[in-house]
Amino acid sequence: MTSTIAPAREAVQAADRVAAARRRVTVGETIAQTLTMAWRALKKMRRNPEQFFDVALQPILFTAMFAFIFGGAIAGDVESYLPLMIPGILAQTVLTTCMATGTQLREDMEKGVFDRFKSLPIARIAPLAGPMVADLLRYAIAATLTFGMGLVMGYRPGGGVAGVLGAILLAIFTGWSLAWVFTWVGTIARSAQAVQGISMMILFPLTFLSNAFVPVETLPGWLEAFVRVNPVSQLVTAARDLANGGLVSGSVAWTLLASLIVIAIFAPLSVRSYKRHM
Amino acid sequence: MNIAELGRTGGGEPAVRTEGLAKSFGEHRAVDGIDLEVRPGEIFGVLGPNGAGKTTTLRMLATLLKIDAGRAEIFGVDVAGNPHVIRQLVGVTGQYASVDENLTARENLWLFSRLQGVPAGRARGIAIDLLAQFGLEKAADKPIAQFSGGMRRRLDLAASLITRPPLIFLDEPTTGLDPRTRGQMWDTIRSLVADGCTVLLTTQYLDEADQLADRVAVIDHGRKVAEGTPDELKSAVGNSTLQLLLAEPAEVPAAVEVVRRVLGSEPVLSPEQGRLNVALDRADLAADVLIALRTAGLSISSVSVAKPSLDEVFLVLTGHETDDHGDRALEESR
Repeated sequence: MTSTIAPAREAVQAADRVAAARRRVTVGETIAQTLTMAWRALKKMRRNPEQFFDVALQPILFTAMFAFIFGGAIAGDVESYLPLMIPGILAQTVLTTCMATGTQLREDMEKGVFDRFKSLPIARIAPLAGPMVADLLRYAIAATLTFGMGLVMGYRPGGGVAGVLGAILLAIFTGWSLAWVFTWVGTIARSAQAVQGISMMILFPLTFLSNAFVPVETLPGWLEAFVRVNPVSQLVTAARDLANGGLVSGSVAWTLLASLIVIAIFAPLSVRSYKRHM
Repeated sequence: MNIAELGRTGGGEPAVRTEGLAKSFGEHRAVDGIDLEVRPGEIFGVLGPNGAGKTTTLRMLATLLKIDAGRAEIFGVDVAGNPHVIRQLVGVTGQYASVDENLTARENLWLFSRLQGVPAGRARGIAIDLLAQFGLEKAADKPIAQFSGGMRRRLDLAASLITRPPLIFLDEPTTGLDPRTRGQMWDTIRSLVADGCTVLLTTQYLDEADQLADRVAVIDHGRKVAEGTPDELKSAVGNSTLQLLLAEPAEVPAAVEVVRRVLGSEPVLSPEQGRLNVALDRADLAADVLIALRTAGLSISSVSVAKPSLDEVFLVLTGHETDDHGDRALEESR
């Protein structure tokens, strides 16, 4: 450490700095800051590869397990169950992945570096949105592995490559938009454990009270009503239509609309609660 | 106020001005009406014990905490109304190193540069310069987890200097550092001012305030109890302190009388029975006091001469000791 700062520099002029200060963050700056935050999150993922365990193991494990347990009972045999089940696992995996978004954000927010983020002249949404952009990678891995495992087990999607890609992209986008719900939970809960607990309570009814694993017709009437309006059911139906039939059905539109509504509600809520935390 | 007005008023304004600044956490008034004025180009020290409200004050000024009451301006800009402008003017180095544990030192500096809109190429250059300036070149690509406390503090301070902000907040910059690292940190802080910056720092150490600060505000229980140069502060306390414990607590009034006669000044009674603290301009005056006590037939069970500690400053300024943050102190402040 030297005792003088580069001698040739001119002195800091406070008045000039005040005059040059920008009043607010522009959209361009917000995007750049979000991408920088995403870079940070990717570095973090690379150094903590255990973060990938859930996205890597869950699709493989659940696909095999559910196929052999439910296959015979629900569809007669494993192979005829796969077209029904794989899109269901896809939705479930993506939802579990976005739950981790909230938990990890909460852990991160408790660290000292978030103090610096708050003290910097950056968009308040950047520290929240950055990790979510990086998480797109996790959704992509989870979705690809789900289909890969299905293929290994004998699933032959009728929608072809384009249909499967469409289903994956739709699942990634839906997962990303639902992640805002968990991000919001991350900013209001008191601890990372609390985030996990609350998220589980949201997640389980959403995935299991849907058409992800069983045909809706087999359910009692009152349950069927809930399952039909559950957005996860829309995602599962849309993914089935895309992957199995190459069909862009109405469910695709409903899923996209529901996702946009979720973002419109929970992104501002998250930023507001993040600001209030300081 | 628009940008042009901000610019015009920015000139001769104080670096920091607060009026009746206050913050409560539930029932507890952490900061209870503080007025400060920090002049451009000076090092201003906020001195006080743990829990006095130093960090809370700093966090409010850095837009990290909402201001409950009162006003704060930085270079003439209202803090509550223009947080985004304030964040461009202030570099904050907190009590706990606020750098990213998952990144290396170089990556940290790059991250904070990029976030503040520095182009990628220049960000790399800034990182190299700052690493060299803070003696961190060798550790540049090591994970922060392997850093010592002093290295983290240095990196933290380096991260605050990326955009060369005109005002720097340092929250207890040397707490927990070894003496050598502490001296280095002091040199660095002095060099910031030489560069045209204004520094507002908090400390629990009288000698740190003495070493660094041009002016000092002493705060206690969220209130300012004194303000002045370190010399003014110390002359109120004396250059050293004679600590006496009388064998017979009943003889305290007689001992006070002796001290008054010998030194012409008033000793400070400690809450502990039979204990007196006597401020001395010179340490050798201690002998005069001791001889006079012996002549008067007052016996002493323990004696020591010490440099005035924050405790003594507080005893003189507030009439109670620094660790006195229990019920009694709370009642006093009500």
